[in-house]
Amino acid sequence: MEGRKSLFAFIVFVVIAYGFPWVLTNDYYLSILILSGITAIGVVGLNLLLGYAGQISIGHAAFFAISAYTSAILTTNYGLPVFAGMAVGIVLSAVVAVVIGIPALKLKALSLAMATLGFGLIVYICLNEAITFTGGPSGFVGIPRFNILGHYFYSDLHYYYLVTGVLTLVIIISLNIINSRAGRALKAIHSSENAARVMGVNVARFKLFVFVLSALFAATAGGLYAHYLSFVAPSSFDYHFSIKLIVMAVLGGMSSVWGGVLGALFLTSMPEFLRMYEELETILYGLILILCMMFMPTGIVGGFSKLAGLFMGRHSKGGKDV
Amino acid sequence: MDLSSFLQYLISGLTVGSTYGLTALGFTIIFNATRVINFAQGEFVMMGGMLSVFFMSALGAGLMPAIVLAITCTTIVGVCMERLTIRPVQGAHVINIIIITIGVSIFIRGMVMLFLGKDTYVLPPFFGQENIIDFFGASIMPQSLWILCITMLVLAGLREFFNKTIFGKAMLACSFEQKAAHLVGISVDRMVMFSFAISALVGSIGGVILTPITMTSYDVGIILGLKGFAACILGGLGNPFGAAAGGLMIGVLEAFGAGYISSAFKDAFAFIILLAILFVKPSGIFGKAEIERV
Repeated sequence: MEGRKSLFAFIVFVVIAYGFPWVLTNDYYLSILILSGITAIGVVGLNLLLGYAGQISIGHAAFFAISAYTSAILTTNYGLPVFAGMAVGIVLSAVVAVVIGIPALKLKALSLAMATLGFGLIVYICLNEAITFTGGPSGFVGIPRFNILGHYFYSDLHYYYLVTGVLTLVIIISLNIINSRAGRALKAIHSSENAARVMGVNVARFKLFVFVLSALFAATAGGLYAHYLSFVAPSSFDYHFSIKLIVMAVLGGMSSVWGGVLGALFLTSMPEFLRMYEELETILYGLILILCMMFMPTGIVGGFSKLAGLFMGRHSKGGKDV
Repeated sequence: MDLSSFLQYLISGLTVGSTYGLTALGFTIIFNATRVINFAQGEFVMMGGMLSVFFMSALGAGLMPAIVLAITCTTIVGVCMERLTIRPVQGAHVINIIIITIGVSIFIRGMVMLFLGKDTYVLPPFFGQENIIDFFGASIMPQSLWILCITMLVLAGLREFFNKTIFGKAMLACSFEQKAAHLVGISVDRMVMFSFAISALVGSIGGVILTPITMTSYDVGIILGLKGFAACILGGLGNPFGAAAGGLMIGVLEAFGAGYISSAFKDAFAFIILLAILFVKPSGIFGKAEIERV
């Protein structure tokens, strides 16, 4: 792993992410960026699971949802401070991830996909049906904005910095894990579980570790989401959202932390711009997905590094590097 | 628990389950040929129903010609999907191909929404109006019997096709070992294309026979696709008849869950039971345990 390249990418990210608000003064764009950032936190986590450990989860929206709803209900109905509410939501998501993860991670590829998909659907259906707690299909309103030590993040600009800060933290954690012993273990599991086992990797433990970690990130994002919009509804966390998270990870570039960030930014902002073509929105969205996957199989990051390779006159490894 | 409501739930479960089974069959056929889960499978089912309605009203065609046209069109869409989006990316990562199929499903849904609208439609029952049959206190719609009969016919037909015809055998050969099939002169490309054609065909038949009972709209493909996927995992992925059986089971479990426990959580039961079964027997009910070669 080229440490220097990774550091360079990190600096570029920090400069762009923190510089954005100076260039962009439009509130609408800022809110899209906030939502992109929140989603990116979840996608970076999912990417660890999908891109590094090679485990498919089509139920990650559930972790967003569990944390978002827990925090929403605790802070709105029981007057808990937002910070505490979010913490409880995140812990609860992690506990659920452990309970689901232990049996589910024994499953092979597509069965695991199905199991996580089923889990996501069950959570979604419960949110819709447990109307007394969740408000049912019409959603849960009046959630307080994020605040800590008396400071309320009422302005979008402040919230943007909050989200970017958390995202930066998540990226640092992820980069560290990838470049550590755990990261190498995960990659070994990805190429062959048996071989990894023979090499003395505790496969079950690492798989559970990365699953719970990705759920933690998703849960953090869920909490930030609820306390940004002040409103949550089950439809925000349905099967489509889980699929969208995977698509973001793959479209951005699976084996790169940055892929998750770019994928989230691209797929969160694109539908907003497609709104102009109302009727055609869905068709264009599908078409863009198909074309991107056909012509940029290693995702945006892979496409970039290929391009960079062309300019430098070198053969790039095409998205394999971080 | 009285007999009549038990029978009623059983029959409605089997009816809907047949369609899940047909969807699952489509998944399995493509999976065997390509190792890919085609997320547009539910869209084939939706197209079967939606196009039948469209051809009936817009072209003023009778029910049968409309159905035949709809199934033909869906099959052509299946073939086009393979030619345009799957074949050009041969050898790509499975997850990438799955995302392409997700893209195709979104695209098809968008097209249908744009051209046929967002309304809900229904087809008239086949062969005349309701003569509800009384069966030990349970009332059976003739359409339910048609659905079961047609599903059985499709299954029997596929069985014959795979076991008796040279084409079917060639497709089976491809599903076992593509290289070996290629070596004995089977055109793997063509077999993959056929697998898309057949699963589009089977899926759209499922959509057509279900529409007189449950109505259809541009977005029914998602939930049907998910249930179909669940059915084929439940039955053991790669096993077509296990998939069909899985579909029936999911349909029946759902109907019992809705009838005896709560109809609000109807969709959840099937998945809860699916999870339980997966955790106990990861290879599915009829699946063989996989042996991984290192």
